[in-house]
Amino acid sequence: MTEVLSEQMGRGSHGGALLEVDNLHVEFRTRAGVAKAVNGVTYSVDAGETLAVLGESGSGKSVTAQTIMGILDMPPGKITGGEIRFRGVDLLKLPDDQRRKIRGEGISMVFQDALSALNPVFPVGWQIAEMFRMHRGTSRADAKKMAVELMDRVRIPAAKERVNDFPHQFSGGMRQRIMIAMAIALDPEILIADEPTTALDVTVQAQIMGLLAELQRDSNMGLILITHDLGVVADVADKIAVMYGGRIVENAPVHDLYRDPAHPYSKGLLESIPRVDQKGQELYAIKGLPPNLLEMPTGCAFHPRCPYRRDNCVTDVPPLYTISGTRGSACHYWREVIDEGER
Amino acid sequence: MSDPTATQDLIKGAGEPTASPVAVRGDRRSLWRDTWDILKRRKIFWISFVMLIVFLLMAAFPTLFTHKDPEYATLAKSMEGPSADAWFGYDLQGRDVFARSVYGARTSIIVGVLATLATVLLGGLTGVLAAYFGRWIDAVVSRVGEMFLGLPYVLGAIIILGTVTPAQSNPGKAMIMAVVIIVLALLGWPILMRIARSAVIQAKHQDYVQAARALGAGPLRLIFRHLLPNSLAPILVYTTITIGSYIGAEATLSLLGIGLRPPVISWGIAIADHASYMRTGAHALLFPAAFLSLCVLTFVMLGEAVRDALDPKLR
Repeated sequence: MTEVLSEQMGRGSHGGALLEVDNLHVEFRTRAGVAKAVNGVTYSVDAGETLAVLGESGSGKSVTAQTIMGILDMPPGKITGGEIRFRGVDLLKLPDDQRRKIRGEGISMVFQDALSALNPVFPVGWQIAEMFRMHRGTSRADAKKMAVELMDRVRIPAAKERVNDFPHQFSGGMRQRIMIAMAIALDPEILIADEPTTALDVTVQAQIMGLLAELQRDSNMGLILITHDLGVVADVADKIAVMYGGRIVENAPVHDLYRDPAHPYSKGLLESIPRVDQKGQELYAIKGLPPNLLEMPTGCAFHPRCPYRRDNCVTDVPPLYTISGTRGSACHYWREVIDEGER
Repeated sequence: MSDPTATQDLIKGAGEPTASPVAVRGDRRSLWRDTWDILKRRKIFWISFVMLIVFLLMAAFPTLFTHKDPEYATLAKSMEGPSADAWFGYDLQGRDVFARSVYGARTSIIVGVLATLATVLLGGLTGVLAAYFGRWIDAVVSRVGEMFLGLPYVLGAIIILGTVTPAQSNPGKAMIMAVVIIVLALLGWPILMRIARSAVIQAKHQDYVQAARALGAGPLRLIFRHLLPNSLAPILVYTTITIGSYIGAEATLSLLGIGLRPPVISWGIAIADHASYMRTGAHALLFPAAFLSLCVLTFVMLGEAVRDALDPKLR
């Protein structure tokens, strides 16, 4: 972040967290109708904190991230309400050129599939160096040196020799490391990782998660980890926001959620993780299909699939009930869900 | 097309000796290195490459090929056939056909290359802008392009050329060529615009463009670093083939008496001048026609070879 910008943005002088998403609404206007992808999402991340955003495809988790980055395709996308405050300043109201300065330097992002997220026609070292040349005006030679250092930092073996290699010459895990190197090149304060391990196999997943956690500790970044995999987040995240149908249905410190989920959907997700002690038994699955964003169910979006459903679930949209200072659940019957424990 | 130094880097990276063990394993391959590897194995590429060199030399240094003056006319020798003195014989005005054919290469190649360059600049720029900004810019560019495409080539050329440089005017060599170049580009840019537009639209939705945006790249950087380098292949293929077809088009217009005309020396003019002497003095017609055909063939073959090498779908 440049000096001018950080002064202007009043570093540390505002009350809230480093990054706050406040009641965000995003729609997609398509020929088939209006798809409400994000319906009032609120979450926040502070420096050094890891927030895991959990949800299945179409739950709005990636759209929220794209909106924070300002890379949502508009049209068809349209932000219909809410604020995204970075250091207290609403990003949605900033002019384009100021927003661009924040991308990469203030808030940065790691994409799911690093092969397609790296430009195929340039060597990886060139692409990392480009970050310094683009934002800092570093000379070609210095930028390349810094690129090699970064490649070392994300543990790419023989970084010096491989700096001129092209993306397709690297394995999936190595590519993701390069993507991470690009994302952290300018020491961003917030790093958004959109399913960073989905395209990788399990052993590599653990390495990449470990690397992200380590980098975060070293530089005290705020990390938003978007995933649909509960197994990935348990060790890394501080808190979890579970999304369903474009809303946050439960947020909680990570251990509370694992111990006793307060929303039927989070509970269903936890129960559908395969476990060694249930070997031979049928694996639990949440019945039904994710909601159609063009025709959201009335009331609670989860009611057609919910085992706790009552009549008022069909008509009344549940607010995010406060369970404790740090926990919330958007279920009319959250008490019942917590009390019942595991089935 | 993007940043010449970046391309240099690319070429340097690709050409470095594979000394380190890593390089041996992963042998550095870029798209251009790949393309070159395929090209150099193709006979058609080498044939057209040698022919291209010959034609380029002819255009640049015609005196290497003939010491005769193409303008020197001896009417007594009008339509005299080939001999040891004049290999291709003499034309209607008693000028050396070989010398005129050699000097004609310069005009044809200048017109072909410059008209293609103008087409690529005009069509490429509009195509990239239309694809990148979309919405109304795309709509306007596409519709205007369709209007130009709807114009029959020869008819459009007759109208423009007949108005700007009518037969009775005497605008001078450079002006005659410039107008033909502009007309060719003006009537040909929509095709390149479409190619560039579709290539950029395809590249635009790739993750790496989104990623570059997310890491703070501005519109210029996106276009020149990410979109253009990744849409260069189809543009390049069409460009190579276009040079050949423009050389042919120039000859067609000259034959119709509306393109180039004396004092410019060109194959098309020579063909036009002697078209009615097919039976009595075929040499004055056939030799320039052969030069023209070979030159067009050179660029078309080169274009074919480049397309084969760049388009993975045809491999």
